[in-house]
Amino acid sequence: MAFKELKRVGEYEWEIAKDYKQGMNVPARIYGSEEIARQMDEGVYEQISNVAMLPGIQKRAMVMPDGHWGYGFPIGGVAAFDLNEGVISPGGIGFDINCGMRLMLTNLHYDEVKERIKPLVDELFRSVPAGVGGKGKLSLSRDEFNDVLMDGAKWCVNNGYGWEEDLESIEDRGRIEEADYEKVSEKAVSRGIRQIGTLGSGNHYLEIQTIHPEEIFDREIAEQFGIFPGQVAVMVHCGSRGLGHQVGTDYLKSFVRKMDDYNIKVPDRELASLPFNSEEGQDYYRAMAAAANMAFANRQLISHRIRESFSRVLGRSAEEMEIRLLYDVAHNIAKVEKYEIDGKKRKVLVHRKGATRSFPPGHEELAGLYRKTGQPVILGGSMETGSYLLVGAEGAMNESFGSTAHGSGRVMSRSKAKHEFRGETLKKDMEERGIYVKAVSMGGLAEEAGKAYKDINEVVKSIEGAGLSKRVVALRPVGNVKG
Amino acid sequence: MGIKFLEGIATSDLAFEVRGGSINEVFEGCALALSQSMANPSTLCESKRKVITLEGENAEELLFDWLSELVYLKDAERALFRRYRVDVKFRQGKYKLKAECLGCGINSRIELRNDVKAITLHKFRLWKEGDKWVARVIADL
Repeated sequence: MAFKELKRVGEYEWEIAKDYKQGMNVPARIYGSEEIARQMDEGVYEQISNVAMLPGIQKRAMVMPDGHWGYGFPIGGVAAFDLNEGVISPGGIGFDINCGMRLMLTNLHYDEVKERIKPLVDELFRSVPAGVGGKGKLSLSRDEFNDVLMDGAKWCVNNGYGWEEDLESIEDRGRIEEADYEKVSEKAVSRGIRQIGTLGSGNHYLEIQTIHPEEIFDREIAEQFGIFPGQVAVMVHCGSRGLGHQVGTDYLKSFVRKMDDYNIKVPDRELASLPFNSEEGQDYYRAMAAAANMAFANRQLISHRIRESFSRVLGRSAEEMEIRLLYDVAHNIAKVEKYEIDGKKRKVLVHRKGATRSFPPGHEELAGLYRKTGQPVILGGSMETGSYLLVGAEGAMNESFGSTAHGSGRVMSRSKAKHEFRGETLKKDMEERGIYVKAVSMGGLAEEAGKAYKDINEVVKSIEGAGLSKRVVALRPVGNVKG
Repeated sequence: MGIKFLEGIATSDLAFEVRGGSINEVFEGCALALSQSMANPSTLCESKRKVITLEGENAEELLFDWLSELVYLKDAERALFRRYRVDVKFRQGKYKLKAECLGCGINSRIELRNDVKAITLHKFRLWKEGDKWVARVIADL
């Protein structure tokens, strides 16, 4: 399928008709400006029309503006399924279950720490292990790890790795209650038990950022969030590490074997799906929730290390520097949520693979300040170009099952990026532009060059234009730790 | 045996195709491609020897399990390998694998590359082309 075959149905909406491929149950929709739609690779069209074939899918299969060719679902893929007639698919969530973003704010001004960015990044690099097979500093017993899988970020706070108030600023308060550690294999546990508090590699990072005065787009909300020009912020991007990856692998295999029993046929084995209300579907859902809790705990422990590192380097307590959590969002997950479909409020299972929840102001699941402002949406951009903080908007509830983009989205393959850029040169260039980077792998750094990604401004323009989210501020990198 | 890293498939992931004169060669080649993506093999020593035995309903499933096992060992035992000797046989209605892997534990002397998360089934295939065996693999990074 080519771009010209897409039907434009709005300024930022493009449709693949239901008759594009035999077996599609619903049409597919791609969100984005014309520039974004033209950049979508062919794999996206094929993959999202495959998603549209899955049993029980509601309204439409969707791709966010940062979407690209993935495996099974495209990255940026969103689909909602009926709880009785529909399915759950590990390939619609991804192996890195609850990969997500976390944004922490401080009361520090960039000018006061400008000369200390290098020691801060070096200390963060020491405190938060990154890279292949990274091993965390926390040694947990099997029982303690089971508690992590059940309690997520709450386990960390209960054990002194965080502040009670942190939990108020995490999607689902950092704990998905349907989790069941008994649905997680021994293999998954042995893969992940030593990895809590680690970053991983690829596009995962820990970044010190600042806010330019001209890039505060919604002053009222920024003020309510306690954001000010020149403020120092810290962003974290990582997930459930080997535990989640193994849960995905285990259940993918068992789903492929079981599909015949339910007479389910899929065009790509990576889309292996089983009825959500089947025993196997429920087992995976509970294992996925346990892996999601591991990811919440992982990012919570990393936040604790960030507080410790800032304290060590700057000689002040985390409380004094008010290093607080603004929000933590999942972007690889499936959740039961309520939406109006054909005039009736119904619960559906929303799969988000490289897509963020984007609940608007007034949503019943939001509490406190976020009920008033809408849920913070964190878009992680490339280490060169920066990221965005947005809030959920009403359009997401009508359009995209409460979903929006998650980052800027790759346009260049990793191998091509490695041929085009050199890690050492990139590091030097970035330092000259005021961004100090510390990376485990120079090859890995080259793969993450800004030019390997779409223009995040165009992605943000698209989600705002489509009414899915609303810009608050841009966040500019000044220091980065990469796996 | 030839390893070709593929571009233009699954933008953010690792894709490769391996051709070999025998099924054993292709299993070894896929393992080498995976190792190369996780670390520079020339920086790995051979202080660790691991013997792996697996069985599968068909050769393709066995290849998936073999590569998934190497990804698992990278995290669970923090082991990376640089040399493989694989023997795949069809016995009593099943494909059986016995492999000897030589490598070492992750340490600061190793030039690390990408942390492979999983082997995917997207476009995953093992097939025979004339007298050659061919495998195509996409791994999640």
